[in-house]
Amino acid sequence: MQRFAQDSLFLKLQPVPNAAFLQPMISLTKQNPALEGFINGYHSLEELSGGNTTLEPHWKTFFKSLAQLGHSEILNRSQDMTRFLKENGVTYNIYGDPSGMNRTWNLDIMPYMISKEDWAICEAGLLQRATLFNLILKDIYGAQRLIKEGLLPMEIIYNHPGFIRKCYGINLSGKNNLVIYSADIARSDKGKFWILNDRTQAPSGAGYALENRMAMARIVPELFGGLRVKKLSPHYHDLRKALVEIAPKQKGDPRIVVLTPGPGNETYFEHSFLSSHLGFTLVQGDDLMVNNNCVWLKTLGGLEKVDVILRRVDDEYCDPLELREDSQLGVPGLLQAVRSGNVSIANPLGSSVVENPGLIPFLPAISKFFLSEELKLPTIASWWCGQPKELRYVQDNLHKLVIKRIYRESEKRTSVDATALDIKSLADLRLQIEAHPALYVGQEKVHFSSTPSLVDGKLEPCNALFRSYAVSCNGGYVAMAGGLTRTSNDKDDIVISNQAGGYSKDTWILSSEDQTAINAKKEQDSLQTKSAAYRTDILPSRTAENFFWVGRYAERVLGNARFHRTVMQYVDEANRAFLDNDQILKQSLLISLISYTHTFSELDEDEFEKKLKDPWKVLSELLLDEKKVGSLSFNITHFARSVHGVRDHWSTDTWRVLREMEDAWQNASEVRHRGHYKMLSKVDNLITSMMAFISLNRESISREQGWILLDAGRKTEQCLLLINMLRSTLVFRQDEQVEYIMQEAVLKSSESLVNYRYKYRAHLQLNLVLDLMLLDPNNPRSLLYLLERLKAYVEVLPKSQAGHVLSDQERYALQAYTLLKLANSAELSAPDENSGIYDKLEEFLSNLNVLILGISDAVSKMYFKHAQKQQQLFRTDNL
Amino acid sequence: MRYQITHTTEYTYHQSVSLCHNIARLQMRDTPGQLCSASNVAIIPHPDVTNQYEDFFGNKVLYFAIQREHQHLAVTVQSVIEKRNRPSQLMNIYDNVSWEDSKKMTRLPGDDNFEARQYISFTEITRPDADILEYTLESFTPGRSIFDACNDLTRRIFHDFKFDPGFTTVSTPLCVVMKERKGVCQDFAHLAIACIRSVGLAARYISGYLETAPPPGKVKLVGVDASHAWFAVFVPQSGWIEFDPTNNILPANQHITLAWGRDYTDVAPLQGVILSSGPHQLKVSVDVKRLH
Repeated sequence: MQRFAQDSLFLKLQPVPNAAFLQPMISLTKQNPALEGFINGYHSLEELSGGNTTLEPHWKTFFKSLAQLGHSEILNRSQDMTRFLKENGVTYNIYGDPSGMNRTWNLDIMPYMISKEDWAICEAGLLQRATLFNLILKDIYGAQRLIKEGLLPMEIIYNHPGFIRKCYGINLSGKNNLVIYSADIARSDKGKFWILNDRTQAPSGAGYALENRMAMARIVPELFGGLRVKKLSPHYHDLRKALVEIAPKQKGDPRIVVLTPGPGNETYFEHSFLSSHLGFTLVQGDDLMVNNNCVWLKTLGGLEKVDVILRRVDDEYCDPLELREDSQLGVPGLLQAVRSGNVSIANPLGSSVVENPGLIPFLPAISKFFLSEELKLPTIASWWCGQPKELRYVQDNLHKLVIKRIYRESEKRTSVDATALDIKSLADLRLQIEAHPALYVGQEKVHFSSTPSLVDGKLEPCNALFRSYAVSCNGGYVAMAGGLTRTSNDKDDIVISNQAGGYSKDTWILSSEDQTAINAKKEQDSLQTKSAAYRTDILPSRTAENFFWVGRYAERVLGNARFHRTVMQYVDEANRAFLDNDQILKQSLLISLISYTHTFSELDEDEFEKKLKDPWKVLSELLLDEKKVGSLSFNITHFARSVHGVRDHWSTDTWRVLREMEDAWQNASEVRHRGHYKMLSKVDNLITSMMAFISLNRESISREQGWILLDAGRKTEQCLLLINMLRSTLVFRQDEQVEYIMQEAVLKSSESLVNYRYKYRAHLQLNLVLDLMLLDPNNPRSLLYLLERLKAYVEVLPKSQAGHVLSDQERYALQAYTLLKLANSAELSAPDENSGIYDKLEEFLSNLNVLILGISDAVSKMYFKHAQKQQQLFRTDNL
Repeated sequence: MRYQITHTTEYTYHQSVSLCHNIARLQMRDTPGQLCSASNVAIIPHPDVTNQYEDFFGNKVLYFAIQREHQHLAVTVQSVIEKRNRPSQLMNIYDNVSWEDSKKMTRLPGDDNFEARQYISFTEITRPDADILEYTLESFTPGRSIFDACNDLTRRIFHDFKFDPGFTTVSTPLCVVMKERKGVCQDFAHLAIACIRSVGLAARYISGYLETAPPPGKVKLVGVDASHAWFAVFVPQSGWIEFDPTNNILPANQHITLAWGRDYTDVAPLQGVILSSGPHQLKVSVDVKRLH
């Protein structure tokens, strides 16, 4: 079973008090007429900026910049923003909705601003909280003084599934065990900050925060004018430093990987974006293995030792040997490597136990115990139901409270706003609490302030809350000067949720010093430049495999599209030209196409005959039926999947081409009824986009192993496609005219017709066609040419054996090459009079097919090692 | 009294396996009534990596990995233990304290009962429901002594439930066991533990072995024994008292403790992950031999 939700960006806020909406706002628009376009008549700017009676100076400056740009320009920029995010592939995946995969991220042009004074309070509170949670975490997995001395009821820890007893006594090699701490923070309507949630397991959002800042600096640099907004980039250096600090044995240049559940995860974009920004390798569980108590990354060139894992997989899924057995996301034996001190994980396994609302009522006392300090940011009044008095209070006041479970259970909401429940739901909730009181906490309902947001071109006050981060640093913590703000797009909506289509905002922390403030242009550059030292030259075997398949699918889509196009053109012409044997011709072409694409193999002869009577129906199925294995749409889907699997390797231009291709193909099915011409032009566009994709890669992917794999995949597929095309068109003896058209079709869809005419200046003849398509070393479409390239690639891939022993793939390539070199086109084009086929040609092509498939299999077996299946041994029972 | 226990687990793979990771909890822990004087582990093929340590519950754990191709794995553990009458198994004045008072005393803060208190919380597979609570309260009547209540619960499980190997598996939930009234020792121990925890007392799962007597007039065969499971309940000032609901007895010299935890998942004798897609077979044999 795979479970992807780890740190959902689901959050909950209370509605803005309604009374504030009624204020008229004539005076402000008088002062600032350029703003009129933004105001929808119900709000004042004061109210928009959070109910303050006087506008704070930074908002005054900001509104001035906004007014200078003007309403229509801002609307233009908003559109630019959407386009920018889409082209950069910034996405957030929505579960349970196939069309929700890779949904574009929403970013509001209006930032969330925090003044210097407010930030001082907020930052101190955040750092104190990180320090405190680190101590709690250490205590739970160590001395357990909090429980022994009665500061924390045992049930809050022992009933929490995040308390992993197998992690007891394990410490990181740095000073802190909690490497990354994150909190959701909101402002109350009185302007105070509250911490709503603590995130200690694998906090998400820091990558989106970075992407938001990059987008803002690029699209609306003018809005930063006159404001000193703190830089975001130091946080990512701090994060990197914190991870280096925990490396085992103080290794100077540790190998750090980001462990992701995979492309299906809701925040996969961020995993890939962060890893590429920080120069870490992005891996999934089966890219790693444990050997000799160490963790190794399976790469194209062999095993590479891993020192630090930044994990985005929930802890219980990380090791199927000792934790959840059914997990396919983890690494068997990982805990042994951790225990042996050979690898460090951030945050450590077991840290989710402090993502625990049960702690909240006890935090003030714990803070005094460990730090001799009051909490700097207040916690919301909370009652843990495991105590009789508190339980009674919660049950008596249920309708006024928000109820939280101390841990998340898959698919169940952890937080219920009991004030919104009807009588029956309240009674159900009461019973739930009664059954397991220790699992519930009641919390006072607090009202939060709003912030101006651009909704449908107008400014609206929206509920906002932001997530900020602290990372471990020299035994203390440093905070990110920023964060990820999310708003609900409906002012009455109390749930802020990215899943439901909420908006995010860039978070601006204001400063009085120039050196810490950003210059929009510079920040953009500094965020985008990856330090050369961070670049990594190793290729995980999964990435290698994805490259190989991107290459294969790209060519498959291209080859199929070209052959489709050719067949469609003939079928169209035949209809008009009234050829004597147009029926036979059409059928032969369709059969070739079907056999070429390996579709309809499951039909019996009668059904097949029937199908052929309506060629356009067959053609449109072969093009557009995504569920049909081998159809063009099917191949495009698989192509897109492989592309997303290595998403951090494509350039911005490449993404744009891909997006356009996907969008254009998605509405291809809408034009299917609008005539053959329209369909043909869609296929033309697809071919052009795919060519653009291929040539962009030639320029943007560094010519290292990734490129070799991609191009080896392309060449493999091109060889197979060509062999397949010749076998489905030329090996059958047919009417002379039909054979002629088949030969022409082969040349046309291989774009070799002009070449043929130029070279032979003759009518089409089988032996010459074979000569050109199989044996001509100068024709870049010939099998010999393609195979020479493929052979060269398999020879430069890393070797396991030393010296003169050929690898399997090298041997197959050499055999195929020799076979081709020794072939004679005149012999191959001699038909067998009895069987009605060109049997020598068929035998020859079939042998080559086996050899090239052999190359592909051998490459997979040798280099794509993550493909090994993992399984649990039967356990022995007690009887 | 001395026993020699031989526990062999064998896996046969249909395709060769290039890497396996295993966790074994097959070496006996010492208890107040039992001392392990010798323990010998033989693993074939010889493992490339072994780590030995004690887990959170104080059980002995052996991790081992085999990092080369193999088609067969055999783990044999031979242990010699000595049993003594343990003081806590003798009747104690505190055993006559009412279960309600016992519950209150267990929960008092401080170091005394700290270790025991963790066994009060239910686990995923010992999660009580209304049926279980109702079943429990028939034995846990108000004011009854904790010993009597547990003894009565043990007796009722023994009489109400049928021992039926093959009906349940490791993952059969308790509600099915309750409904069908069938199971094996593991299920009965889990049920009793869920019952005891449902009224707020501490209970733990014990995995081990039971010396079986041959039928009258027959010679005892080697390897016919099996691993066994029962439970213990915590009584403040007195300690852990063991009960065996499968046989309706108070465990004494014939019950040999291997490991304990909150439930079976804490003490699974042998578990492993292999890299292979082929099927495999498992064979287990246990032999408990009395040494004189």
